[in-house]
Amino acid sequence: MPLFGRGSGSWLTSAAGRRLLPEGWLSGPMPWVIAIMMFLTVLAAAAGLALGFAAHGLSTHLSGQITVQIVDADRERRDEAAARIVDAAGKLPGIASVRRISDAEMTELLRPWLGAGLADNDLPVPAMIDLAFAPGTPGGVEAAAAAVRAISPRARIDAHAQWLAPLAGLIGSLRWLAAVLVLLMAAAAAFTVVLAARAALNTHQATIEVMHHLGSTDEQIARLFQRRIATDALFGGLIGLLLASLVVFAVGERIAKVGSDLLGSVELPLGAWGVLALLPIAGTMLAMLAARMTILVALRRRL
Amino acid sequence: MSAAGAHIVQFENVGLRYGASAETLSDLSFQLATGSFYFLTGPSGAGKSSLLRLVYLAQRPSRGLIRMFGEDVVTLPRARIPDFRRRIGTVFQDFRLIPHLSAYENIALPLRVNGVAEADIDAPVREMLEWVGLSARAAARPATLSGGEQQRVAIARAVIGRPELLVADEPTGNVDPDMAERLLYLFEALNKLGTTILVATHDLHLIPRVANAQVIRLDKGRLAAPPADAIRTQGTG
Repeated sequence: MPLFGRGSGSWLTSAAGRRLLPEGWLSGPMPWVIAIMMFLTVLAAAAGLALGFAAHGLSTHLSGQITVQIVDADRERRDEAAARIVDAAGKLPGIASVRRISDAEMTELLRPWLGAGLADNDLPVPAMIDLAFAPGTPGGVEAAAAAVRAISPRARIDAHAQWLAPLAGLIGSLRWLAAVLVLLMAAAAAFTVVLAARAALNTHQATIEVMHHLGSTDEQIARLFQRRIATDALFGGLIGLLLASLVVFAVGERIAKVGSDLLGSVELPLGAWGVLALLPIAGTMLAMLAARMTILVALRRRL
Repeated sequence: MSAAGAHIVQFENVGLRYGASAETLSDLSFQLATGSFYFLTGPSGAGKSSLLRLVYLAQRPSRGLIRMFGEDVVTLPRARIPDFRRRIGTVFQDFRLIPHLSAYENIALPLRVNGVAEADIDAPVREMLEWVGLSARAAARPATLSGGEQQRVAIARAVIGRPELLVADEPTGNVDPDMAERLLYLFEALNKLGTTILVATHDLHLIPRVANAQVIRLDKGRLAAPPADAIRTQGTG
């Protein structure tokens, strides 16, 4: 019999069926326990999704970028090598941009350490070239490195992705943590439903016994409880989603005000909100399944 | 006649034991003919209610064979028991009405369990309420009904589905003699429509009022008198 099947038991979902279990709608603590769990689940899921999108964004943005440093005390040789590298890199497949950092920018970059007089002295400063490949260019960084080394074997090549590897690892760990939290919350919610279903069975023991003697099947009785528990779970789930959404929105606003590029990449696109909105429905389905299994198992112990 | 053939209930060497205690019922062997009317008598503690529990499938025996509607119900898979129970109407000694449902809804319950359409429920429920004299109390909850009224609701609930077998445990115990007569008349009417009736009672005065009724007498969990003609059984004790 399907979980939501009606069949000959359609009266169970009617007003007459509802009167068989007389407690008022949303009575007891279960809707509120579910609301708290859904609140935490949505927060964990939102964190996991946001970190996932941030990791993807970082990976897409940075994995195709490298910086080439040419360290040579001889300014002419340095400039010549830089010019050849810029020329060669511009011909690489999938290259999106090649830009040599100007002397003025280098002076500005080094001002905190070397002071304002850098342009006036003969201190050798490396030539720096930023290369960026279009997203999804396979082997672009390796090809660029080979081309650079062919021109200047002593050039230093920094792939931006390597600096972000620890951060990517941290983000990956946090995503797993968020996923584990979501699963733990789901398990806790299921156990809560199991306890609530057992309590409801005890409360309505006499009614169930009469129903059995009149020829009710276990499925008919289980459906009575499923409906009640689904109502509670859906209500609790929606309350939890609403509150968690407000928190996620507020945190997003705070992050936006920080103005950090790194933190700014942690955001929830519309599709992620859609996933979060489905959580109460998934929670309700889980609650119905847990209630059904609990009640059917308990009833099978009786004649 | 039902698919059960000549006998709707057959007991062969049936014994019933609760836990590790001595047998409550021992060596019961008898048959109930389809379409007949039986009284089950015996002193308190004789095992009448335990026997009825076996018949309305609330209990499996500790030993022996029970066949109902032509099938072995001792080994009947649990999933098939509801189908059998729907063919049996039961009047419990303690009524077992659902306290938060009205008299009307209690009586309608077997029809709803059987999947009868809501549009087809009202007329038979009203008819049954009239039969048991409770039309004016249709909306009353059991707690507001007297013992006799609750018993009549329980009887109406048991018979509304036109069961093939009606099992009643002291169905007239809480009603006045006039109502007892009416209820017996209802049972007889059902019996004439083909329902086999098994009524457990202390009230031996009821027995001669039903023509062709047979009596089964239990004593200390054993069959003191197998199903026999009522008048003859009355005469022998």
